[in-house]
Amino acid sequence: MLKFSEQQELLRKVVRDFVEKEIAPIAGKIDEEDTCPVELLSMTARLGYNGVFTPAIYGGTGLGYTERAIILEEIARYSAGFAMALMTHHLGVAAIQTWGNEEQKKKYLPKLCSGSVGGLAVTEQGGGSDFSGQKSTGKLVDGCWILNGRKCFITNSHCADINIVTVKTGEDEKGRPVISAVVIDENTPGCTPGRKEKKTGLRGSYLGEVVLNNVKVPEGNVLGKVGDGAKIALGTIGEVGRSGMAAIGLGILRACLEDSVKFSKERIIYGKPLAKLTNIQFIIAQNRIDYEAGRLMTYNAVGMKDAGLPCTPEVAMAKYFTTEAAVNAAKRTTDLMGGYGVIYDYPVGRYLRDAVASIPSGGTSHVMQLVIAGSELKK
Amino acid sequence: MNIAVCVKPVPDPKSYDKITINPETKLLERNKIPMVINPTDKHAIEAAIQLKELYGGKVILISMAPPGAKEVLKDGLAMGVDEAYLLSDRFFAGADTFVTAKTLATGLKKIENFDLVFAGSESADGGTSHVPSQLGEMLGIPHLNHVMALVMEDGILKIKTKIENGYMDYEGRLPMVLGVVREINTPRYIPLMGVIQAQGKPFTVWGLNDLQLDPAVVGLAGSPTKPGSLHTPPLGRKVEMLDGELEKVAEKIIVVLHSAGLLS
Repeated sequence: MLKFSEQQELLRKVVRDFVEKEIAPIAGKIDEEDTCPVELLSMTARLGYNGVFTPAIYGGTGLGYTERAIILEEIARYSAGFAMALMTHHLGVAAIQTWGNEEQKKKYLPKLCSGSVGGLAVTEQGGGSDFSGQKSTGKLVDGCWILNGRKCFITNSHCADINIVTVKTGEDEKGRPVISAVVIDENTPGCTPGRKEKKTGLRGSYLGEVVLNNVKVPEGNVLGKVGDGAKIALGTIGEVGRSGMAAIGLGILRACLEDSVKFSKERIIYGKPLAKLTNIQFIIAQNRIDYEAGRLMTYNAVGMKDAGLPCTPEVAMAKYFTTEAAVNAAKRTTDLMGGYGVIYDYPVGRYLRDAVASIPSGGTSHVMQLVIAGSELKK
Repeated sequence: MNIAVCVKPVPDPKSYDKITINPETKLLERNKIPMVINPTDKHAIEAAIQLKELYGGKVILISMAPPGAKEVLKDGLAMGVDEAYLLSDRFFAGADTFVTAKTLATGLKKIENFDLVFAGSESADGGTSHVPSQLGEMLGIPHLNHVMALVMEDGILKIKTKIENGYMDYEGRLPMVLGVVREINTPRYIPLMGVIQAQGKPFTVWGLNDLQLDPAVVGLAGSPTKPGSLHTPPLGRKVEMLDGELEKVAEKIIVVLHSAGLLS
């Protein structure tokens, strides 16, 4: 049985209060304008959301990934786009928190918890899953890394203050690329946002290029060791990124469930509420089943992460299920609402676009299936 | 400065469509409705915390409510209140405003150490605005209701109260009871650190015996107000079917709308 602690229940309540007052009223507007309300990230920092799983000694709240999933679910209930911006900020935090040395943690984590926006730039034109094929480079010259390259499909590309980028820093004895993760401080010359993409969904967060043009950073800005880039990027995306996407999918599922119930009770047809019709009840039941299943899978996966257990396949299953189910639930809810489902006065069309856009974020459903199958075949 | 804030758990305004009234007790059926801190009480808590931030001291919450109110009062602790007292006993059930004020006053006298008492000017469910003034009388200290602004200068409280077409200015010395309205401030959002700290803050529950009250003077038994009969006005819609040819029906609709004053 999934049971949240008294503290987690109170946390959900206070986050919901904030989201209903500050995010829900602008969710439609930021989707329409496809802009990221960066000032809201300052508010969430003050409330402790930006460093929710960071220990208090580094300026964080000292909670865990379960609490983070609650926050993302509550935000995504109204704005999956803005949840995406916060979720991606957490990737930068997690990478430094997990693989940074003490000096790096003391330097960057307090900033990231108190308002500086974080980002993790891995993907290049060849695609995020072709990790070793990336072309961006880092060359060590006179005790500094000189970084060059172009990252694409990067969330927070146009608002991140502190970026972690992966670059090829050499080749091993067999000619294979050595990839390292490097932290780029805010306002470092040469690190600039490039093209800003127009997205189908998850509008409310920036997605675009991060351009590295002779970016010079100290040698000590490498996270972990030289060559740890794959471990850092895939570890962060695999558990922190995908669990965040699962929570966002869960938020969209709840939005579909709540809106389908509300609409079917209010809409009168043939003299009675839509909810009286059996086929409508089937849709509501399926939305509830999907939400419940997604909830159990997501909070089980993040609970494992909080317990320090390996959870990459469980996170992949939760991410696969909630995002795919969110697409289906949004389509079903659109069907339930008839013509109202396709006009902009109702947000269900946004839920559908957000759900579709959630699938490639952090790895497509096919990649999730490969991760899950790989784990099974190793047994 | 030590400040007490009286709070009342009320049905969540988002669930008002689910509220029913028990025809026998004439009381709201609250069982299936989520409860929240009365909205204006949150402004009272904010006012108290702001004064504490300026002048030090501590802020306590006090509430007369069923045991389930503990979860609701935790919201106040998470906002920054230091301590909470819940006056809860089956004998307290069904209290009118007079007996509620009496029970709260008894609790406050037992706590003793306070300079100022805040409350919301009215509750979202009862809406009588009685309790702040009754409380002041029972505690024997000055009281003002509908307070919309407040500053302290040289130990003097300068208070602005809301009236129908404006406001009135008052000055007073502590201790006082103040019932506040929404205009006084904007309650803060609760930070996650507040949620964590709320779990460890003192929470005291007092029943009838702790307050040394006679069962006959509390709750429904002790309440001088006895609700009369309840009458629910019919809310059904009048339906008039218009038959005939389309054009004739359209003409009839014009006549009906005109006679209803909906067309000039």
